[in-house]
Amino acid sequence: MIGVYHYMTVAAILFAMGTYGVLTRRNAIVIFMCIELMLNSVNLTFIALSRHLHSMDGQIFVFFVMTVAAAEAAVGLALMITFFRNRESIDVDQINMLKW
Amino acid sequence: MEILFFYLVAFVTLVSGLLVIRCQSPVNSALALVNTFFCLAVFYVMLHAPFMAAIQIMVYAGAIMVLILFVIMLLNLGTESRQRYTRGVVWSSIASLLMLIVATVTIKTGQVTGAEGEITAHTVKSVGHTELIGRTMFTEFLLPFEIASILLLVAIVGAVVLAKKEV
Repeated sequence: MIGVYHYMTVAAILFAMGTYGVLTRRNAIVIFMCIELMLNSVNLTFIALSRHLHSMDGQIFVFFVMTVAAAEAAVGLALMITFFRNRESIDVDQINMLKW
Repeated sequence: MEILFFYLVAFVTLVSGLLVIRCQSPVNSALALVNTFFCLAVFYVMLHAPFMAAIQIMVYAGAIMVLILFVIMLLNLGTESRQRYTRGVVWSSIASLLMLIVATVTIKTGQVTGAEGEITAHTVKSVGHTELIGRTMFTEFLLPFEIASILLLVAIVGAVVLAKKEV
């Protein structure tokens, strides 16, 4: 029998990988994909715990996480298109217009 | 037998997760991310949540990844992949390793507690997962559901306004 701890360990490793990707990569779209990876690892934790506690609430939360991820994808990619139009690149090292 | 299958799927998930953060080309990263999403859908099926698995494949591997791939190809990012593509590797590895250690120690030493519900694997089989989700969502979580629709509307308007050349 697979315990809830197995799933949570996989989710923890995935989350750490996503953090590493967000911190190291320079391409904004890859950073975006790493954030999706982190969101998905949290979803896995939610569903594993909702199965463990015999409850439905965690799975409803996953639903809302997916809604927020879809909205984030639409707005984030529109931002990237706008930025690319101004700078001809989406390297995050060059996104410093608001810095002082 | 089930534990062997679990380890196989976990291995594939973690390897494709590693490919997401290590591939130089964004398109390869995106394809590895699709693979990760499919493996997570397999996990959801193993956790007796087939509806979430279907939603995972349709929304994540379908809609969101198509959006990301479209933008990658629209911006034509293949040309800058030959330059240096990472920064601050040492500090980031330390930070993510610390996060991993904290998470695994918490998981190993902690106890899962909480209000127990009455939905077992047997209930899911006899009633159906979709019906259970629908019942919970449209009774207990009706207000968050409506707020989520407003959020999606705002996202649509925001994306159109941002991506248009002249408003």
